Amino acid sequence: MRRLPDLAAALAGDARADRVVPPSGFTAHLTQFTAAAMAFLAVFALALSLAAGRLADHWDEAMARTATVRLSAPEGQMAAQTEAVLEVLRTTPGIASARTIPDEEQRALLAPWFGPDLPVDTLPLPRLIEITETAAGMDADALRFRLAGEAPGAVLDDHTRWRRPLIEAAGRLRLLGWLSIGLIGAAMAAMIALSAHAALAANARVIEVLRLVGARDAFIARAFVRRFTRRALEGAAAGTALGMLALALLPRADAAAGVLAGLGFRGADWLVPLLLPPIAAAVALVATRVTAMRVLKGIT
Amino acid sequence: MIELEDVSHSYGGAELLSGISLRLQPGSFHFLTGPSGAGKTTLLKLCYAELRPTRGRVRLFGAELGGMDRDAVARTRRRIGVVHQDCQFLDHLPLTDNVSLPLLAAGRDMAAAAANLRELLAWVGLQAHTDALPPQLSGGERQRAALARALIMDPDVILADEPTGNVDWEMSLRILQLLVELNRMGKAILVATHDLNLIRAAKAQLSARVLRIKGRQVQLAGADL
Ligand SMILES: Nc1ncnc2c1ncn2[C@@H]1O[C@H](COP(=O)(O)OP(=O)(O)O)[C@@H](O)[C@H]1O
Ligand SMILES: [Mg+2]
Repeated sequence: MRRLPDLAAALAGDARADRVVPPSGFTAHLTQFTAAAMAFLAVFALALSLAAGRLADHWDEAMARTATVRLSAPEGQMAAQTEAVLEVLRTTPGIASARTIPDEEQRALLAPWFGPDLPVDTLPLPRLIEITETAAGMDADALRFRLAGEAPGAVLDDHTRWRRPLIEAAGRLRLLGWLSIGLIGAAMAAMIALSAHAALAANARVIEVLRLVGARDAFIARAFVRRFTRRALEGAAAGTALGMLALALLPRADAAAGVLAGLGFRGADWLVPLLLPPIAAAVALVATRVTAMRVLKGIT
Repeated sequence: MIELEDVSHSYGGAELLSGISLRLQPGSFHFLTGPSGAGKTTLLKLCYAELRPTRGRVRLFGAELGGMDRDAVARTRRRIGVVHQDCQFLDHLPLTDNVSLPLLAAGRDMAAAAANLRELLAWVGLQAHTDALPPQLSGGERQRAALARALIMDPDVILADEPTGNVDWEMSLRILQLLVELNRMGKAILVATHDLNLIRAAKAQLSARVLRIKGRQVQLAGADL
């Protein structure tokens, strides 16, 4: 926060004070290019992080608090065992409701896999009972134990078994995305520090003269800080714009494509990458100031 | 204003100056002379804190140099007008910007100082060259521009290192005339020069003390000049 007024001052600039350091020609474009490339990459890392986060939340929501009991029993015992299972579920703490999935629904679920012509009624299909848990959740192992006693053909599938690794993977992906953004920022800081160092060395004579006429280190540093902050801001703005454009033009793969379909920004997410240029400018400001103050200490 | 007390300096090897004591009083006029390489520039640098003494104490406007941080040194330099031996301009900036550079560095109001700047440039006779870059100026013009820059902050002390180094005799006299006028306005002046004719010309107009660096020491030269 303390840096915010500095950032504004760095960008507003002072044309006269800026001119004390001679223009640097083509190396200015290198800094802009670096900032642009970094911002472009950061847009994708950001999209990846947000998409992975969305995916994890989605799975978490859709599958949290639901479980399925699969019941296979000989034709004659099906009704009795279904009743037994429902009774067990009614008396198990942590279960909000249980619902036997009707045949038509089950058929609809299977249709994509076997085709619509499958005579589902003639197959020995298991019966599915969908459970919705309460907020407190249930004890799956205790339920399994009770089901084994009351309805030997019933198997509890509580989803967490295969849900957890998916959510973990999505979470890890999100972490990697943020880590990438951090690394991109650090790499940009390092590159800007290097170019600032080169600029300070190239202008050693100018700095000496400024010191001789009574300029404080902060005044000299500002001339360089303004320059690099502006370049980083311009470059990052261009890179961010290009990255966002590339994401907007990404062909829409449909839900089936999973992670790929989710890559991109949704709704208010589009505002997040807009933070990249000011962040890049702030990184440049700090990197240049630290470098400049350090170099200036070596000059009388 | 500027006091050196038992000051020695070496650039790493043997001492170039040793045990020097010097006091610049308000309104005084000093010449510093000695052969080339004697240490005139070095002594001046000690006076405006470009160099710190290897031994002894330097006091600037009552403050110990030893206790000053970089910002304090910067602020102190604004009170000392220095004409450097090699002028020290920013070659990419026009004359006016070079002369007003100390104002900019000190964060002064440039608009308010504009009239003062014009007057100063007219006084040193450079009003026709305000947009020239330093490399386009002649030696005498550069020296007068350097003097103008040294004066822009209205300092009480002016240190001039060979201000007539690369100019003909006529121009030397003109620059000396400016320095004499400044001294009459009450400013303390220290001029390093190896030009004894210049010193003689000055002595005809005012009472100047002549310091000579000899054998690493500063001596008060007699009336033998
Ligand atoms: N930065 C420096 N490093 C090492 N030696 C120096 C440096 N500056 C000056 N000298 C040496 O110190 C001596 C005095 O230099 P200087 O003070 O410039 O003399 P003057 O101004 O009287 O001609 C010279 O021999 C010079 O080579
Ligand atoms: Mg010299």
